[in-house]
Amino acid sequence: MQEMIELTIDDEVVSVPAGTTIYHAAMEMGVVIPTLCFHEYCSANALCRVCVVEVEGSRVLVPACVAKVSAGMVVHTDTPRVRSARKTILEMLAASVDVSDSADVLRLMQDYNARSDRFPASIRRESDLIDDNPMYVRDYSKCILCWRCVQVCAQDAQYTFAINFTGRGYETHIGTFYDRSLTETTCVFCGQCVAVCPTGALKPRREWLLEEKDHAHTR
Amino acid sequence: MPDPDPLLLSPVLDQYKLAGRTSLLPALHAVQSLYGYIPEFAAESIARQLKVPLAEVYGVVTFYSHFRTQSAATRSIQVCKDPACRLDGGIKIPDGIQVEDVPCMGLCDMAPAAAVDGISADWTIDLGLSKRLPLSGRMHKSHIGGDVSILTRNCGKGQVTTLLDYRASGGYTGLENALRLTPPELIAQVKASGLVGRGGAAFPTGVKWESAAAASDSTRYVICNADESEPGTFKDRILLEDDPHHMIEGLIIAGYAIGAQKGYVYIRVEYSEAYQVILHALDEARQAGILGKNILTSGFSFDIEVRQGAGAYVCGEETALFESIEGKRGLPRIKPPFPTTAGLFGKPTVINNVETLCNIPEILREGAQAYSARGTQKSTGTKLFCLSGDVVRPGLYELPFGASLRHLIEDLAGGMANQRGFGAALVGGAAGGFATAAELDTRLSFEDMRSAGIPLGAGVVMVFDETRDLRLILLRLAQFFAEESCGKCFPCQLGTQRQVEILHRVVDGQIDKEDPTRLSEIAQTMTDASICGLGQSAAMAIQSANKRWPQIFTARQDGR
Ligand SMILES: Cc1cc2nc3c(=O)[nH]c(=O)nc-3n(C[C@H](O)[C@H](O)[C@H](O)COP(=O)(O)O)c2cc1C
Ligand code: SF4
Ligand code: FES
Repeated sequence: MQEMIELTIDDEVVSVPAGTTIYHAAMEMGVVIPTLCFHEYCSANALCRVCVVEVEGSRVLVPACVAKVSAGMVVHTDTPRVRSARKTILEMLAASVDVSDSADVLRLMQDYNARSDRFPASIRRESDLIDDNPMYVRDYSKCILCWRCVQVCAQDAQYTFAINFTGRGYETHIGTFYDRSLTETTCVFCGQCVAVCPTGALKPRREWLLEEKDHAHTR
Repeated sequence: MPDPDPLLLSPVLDQYKLAGRTSLLPALHAVQSLYGYIPEFAAESIARQLKVPLAEVYGVVTFYSHFRTQSAATRSIQVCKDPACRLDGGIKIPDGIQVEDVPCMGLCDMAPAAAVDGISADWTIDLGLSKRLPLSGRMHKSHIGGDVSILTRNCGKGQVTTLLDYRASGGYTGLENALRLTPPELIAQVKASGLVGRGGAAFPTGVKWESAAAASDSTRYVICNADESEPGTFKDRILLEDDPHHMIEGLIIAGYAIGAQKGYVYIRVEYSEAYQVILHALDEARQAGILGKNILTSGFSFDIEVRQGAGAYVCGEETALFESIEGKRGLPRIKPPFPTTAGLFGKPTVINNVETLCNIPEILREGAQAYSARGTQKSTGTKLFCLSGDVVRPGLYELPFGASLRHLIEDLAGGMANQRGFGAALVGGAAGGFATAAELDTRLSFEDMRSAGIPLGAGVVMVFDETRDLRLILLRLAQFFAEESCGKCFPCQLGTQRQVEILHRVVDGQIDKEDPTRLSEIAQTMTDASICGLGQSAAMAIQSANKRWPQIFTARQDGR
């Protein structure tokens, strides 16, 4: 039988199998910890830090999507400190990239009263639309760097390794070898990256064309 | 500029025993030395040979600021843009020469610092520069001072300490003593000495070793962290350039303690002279039977490989450093697992700072008790302090823990330069805090500094006189973190950028009344939610200044 671990989440005692993450343990008892970069079918890397929670005895906040439960752990998922970190991350994000197409981000911003104009006069991470293949278009001005596309293109699913990161820090982008067009890479156009993208940065051509038409109408 | 010749590539790569992905950075270094940049065909060839996906090779090339993807049109001079080197506007470079602003080069005691890629110093004099450029530490001998001379006993003599000289100064007797002990006895000595890490985090060294020695996997590594890139630090450079065997002895002892077969030294690429010095010293040690098979006929076998960084401060963070040796982008890992259970190549690993390792031979030479008699109860031994900025004698100072900041600045470094009054001292580095005149009598120990709310960090003391505009210094520190953030986690990737934008407003006198609150929200979020120490400390100096001089963030004004 699997070892069970008992811990306290938001004042309620819960028992889960060893190796469970705080996120999944909370889920067991119906507490949904907000996430952004996390995706059930991708490796979790704790990038966005929207899932942070307070764990008693820990100096810093703890990312629930990767942190494993331990016996006697006392977790608080919705304290002012936690809410403030989530809100600030979302506000800084909205000041960096175009989140207007990302239902996930918009919903979270609403939940946390995050204001998109909290950080005025910010330098945004903008790039030109890349339309270099028949299947999909890439608009990295909307990319939040959740890593999902890179991961499904690599070991999480397809093993094609067509895309990776370029640059670092705020200037990190998703790109190909020496910025080659996708048709000159190992890309097999499986579409998995498009499927996991939470922001509208990667769009199937048909969807993009339909939206373009809509825009043309309203213009 | 002629086109790069592809035929030159394979002879160069053949010289390296390319061994899979871990050889990626060494291969890229070889290519860049050959062509001056990384041409696409060369990257493709390396990718094939090492079996690394093309996109990932490009990901690595573009992560490290040392690697270029385009040929540099002309030779350029690298000029340090960090605070100690820009106090008086930096170096004036004549028109027509390409100048590249680079982060702290670890030459702060010789400010303003600059370098010319591999070109002789005479060439720089030919350019009519007013000041001779220190191409490396050796050209300008660093000032070494302090109240004791233990770690620095062979430093500052203007020459590299040879194996013979090192032995004459008592070197390698620590190793001999260590090899007579069992590893658990040896670890007990290090624990009893009270030694804590000198790389910034002050973690007890013996405890770290013990945990790696207890790991279940028997393939183990020890690493010397010589990435030293914190603005204001240069102690490790001097230790390595002047007395390389000191660190090597410490690393061998660490290897014996935890049962490692191999050690690595990871050194920032800018320390090219120290790199050569270490390679030579390792050869000396091998020839003398101190390194390699059956060290000093003890039955213990161990060797050391040196790896160069490629321009990324974050690679000083231990897990990012592992990634870098493994041939990847230098992104810090999520902990746990901790290095002592799963470090380099997933194996139990001990990583220590250069200065930490230099303390090890001393502990073994004189015994834990004698060692811990120096310093304070909780901070034992001696500490190296890197003094730079507005003092009469910038340099490296060795003191037993517990002396006051005032003693260091006024008695040892000769007080303030230019007959100006003391303004502030940035202690700990970019990830440090400010000490005011009222705090000058604080004792330099981990515990005293902690209660004063100023991190001792790696021992940086950057002094500013009363005329200096702290706003400019804060802006530069903020820029440093934004440029060096790896970009992995959102709080730091975004927060370091937002700090820069706000500090620009502070400097330009365009501050918005909400900006101080914004800065503290960013600080709180980065400190609380970032993955690694870079993001967790990127707001420290700014918040420290905010606490001491809130007026600089609230209104437009002249001076401080
Ligand atoms: C961003 C960052 C940069 C760091 N740079 C260095 C460095 O250049 N040298 C160093 O020894 N430690 C550095 N550290 C600390 C290391 O992660 C690690 O704690 C240290 O090497 C452990 O050695 P010690 O216990 O001997 O101090 C850095 C940490 C962070 C977060
Ligand atoms: S804190 Fe900064 S440097 Fe560290 S992992 Fe996060 S983004 Fe990278
Ligand atoms: S969901 Fe955990 S860090 Fe993004």
